[in-house]
Amino acid sequence: MKRDLLQTIQSGRILVSDGAWGTLLHERGLGTGECPESWNITHREDVHAIAKGYIDAGSDIILTNSFGANPTKLSHFGLEARTFELNEAAASISRQAAGNDHFVLGSMGPTGVMLMMGTVSEEELFEGFKQQATALAKGGVDGLCIETMSAVDEAVIAIQAAKAACNLPIACTFTFEKTAGGAFRTMMGVSPGEMLEAVKSAGASIIGSNCGNGFEQMIEIVRELRSMDGTTPILIHANAGKPVFRDGETVFPETPEDMAGRVIELASSGANIIGGCCGTTPAHIMEMVRKLRE
Amino acid sequence: MNPIIDHISLCIERGKVDIRSPYPPDLKGQPGADEWARDALEQGLSPESILSACNTGMERVGAKFGRNEVFVPELLMAAKAMNAVMAHLKPHFQAGTVKEKGTFVLGTVAGDLHDIGKNLVSMVVAGNGWKVVDLGVDVKPSKFIDAIRQHPGCIVGLSALLTTTMANMAKTVQEIKGQLPEVKVLVGGAPLNQKHADDMGADGYAPDPQGAVAFLNKAA
Repeated sequence: MKRDLLQTIQSGRILVSDGAWGTLLHERGLGTGECPESWNITHREDVHAIAKGYIDAGSDIILTNSFGANPTKLSHFGLEARTFELNEAAASISRQAAGNDHFVLGSMGPTGVMLMMGTVSEEELFEGFKQQATALAKGGVDGLCIETMSAVDEAVIAIQAAKAACNLPIACTFTFEKTAGGAFRTMMGVSPGEMLEAVKSAGASIIGSNCGNGFEQMIEIVRELRSMDGTTPILIHANAGKPVFRDGETVFPETPEDMAGRVIELASSGANIIGGCCGTTPAHIMEMVRKLRE
Repeated sequence: MNPIIDHISLCIERGKVDIRSPYPPDLKGQPGADEWARDALEQGLSPESILSACNTGMERVGAKFGRNEVFVPELLMAAKAMNAVMAHLKPHFQAGTVKEKGTFVLGTVAGDLHDIGKNLVSMVVAGNGWKVVDLGVDVKPSKFIDAIRQHPGCIVGLSALLTTTMANMAKTVQEIKGQLPEVKVLVGGAPLNQKHADDMGADGYAPDPQGAVAFLNKAA
């Protein structure tokens, strides 16, 4: 049977995604200041083990080790000429781990530059994202996940580039913070409603939020989105709570049990795909799966 | 007060860079910070009064930012407008007719490549009359220490965006304090708060560029 992500969501099944990759790469020896995506070539077995760890934990969907693999970000490491190779490898590693029964979403993160500052052109961003999406599609992903976005202009360009590269479903998630007045906004001032309108009209078929918040705030964000849109699938990748600094280390405080304790409420608020971001591990995913499938 | 001073303050507050800039839409076609600064100098206004006009504008937009009424884009445009003014004032700083308040050595810590927050702080602090030595991103502790030695009496600012690089920030604070205990260290960045700063042994925490200015002016 052909895997169809959107059809599976429409069937009403809550899908569980994966958790953090960066911390697991660091645990396996990725140095600070080293390009995580270069490991798709130099440490393929380690990257595969992380992907497989999430499949074994019960993830229905895993992402790819390609969050920063756009030419703009790769240029910090002098690797921009290897954009295609690093993304294709990222996709093929996750595909290998996922087999034929699980979904793979190609991760595409922001470039870190702001269009409004005029240091980079829209065309340059478009071509970079297009190259990334083309390579991820060739490597075997079932869809793309444009994530951690804060600016509407960059997200829209990434979606348009992904659409120009392939016919796969596109998810697009933004990172929101709770402002002093209690409203959620990205650092660029974008509200959940503004995101919803912009990314849907650009062609994303899944919307949502990742990073910046734990499940507690994500439930509020999902409710806000659902009050405006009852049908578009929502993807949530939440942090394991708000980071605390302990003994020289950054710690995300929520345990697998803490997070799993809110997963039913998140699903009933209207989230369709649920997974983790910073501070989450296969243990967090395993516990969420257990709660959801009880 | 000369109305040009008010114009400069407003252009900074609203992020109006120059006459060609389409931003903000309601000031399209009107002179910006660039033109008003040039006029101000031509009319003989002092560089200090122009700088102080910049500060007024920056304080206003900074206060709005603190209240979440405006966001990063507005602050960036304000900083860009201030840069346009600073370009006119630069010769006066170089000639020594305007004195800098001190030196601020600034960088994003090792392992972290994010520069948006650091650049904002750099621009706002420079606009407040400080000499800024920007060491860039992914700055190792030894590079901070070398720069501090080259600029005796300076204050140091460390930036980090990632939760994973906060640990490097703590190490950097400790290495600086270990070798140069008298140097004041300010930390900032999205994942941080005052408690993190205290735990790291930093002298101060700034949640935003205005906070950095306040710390510096108090420490100077």
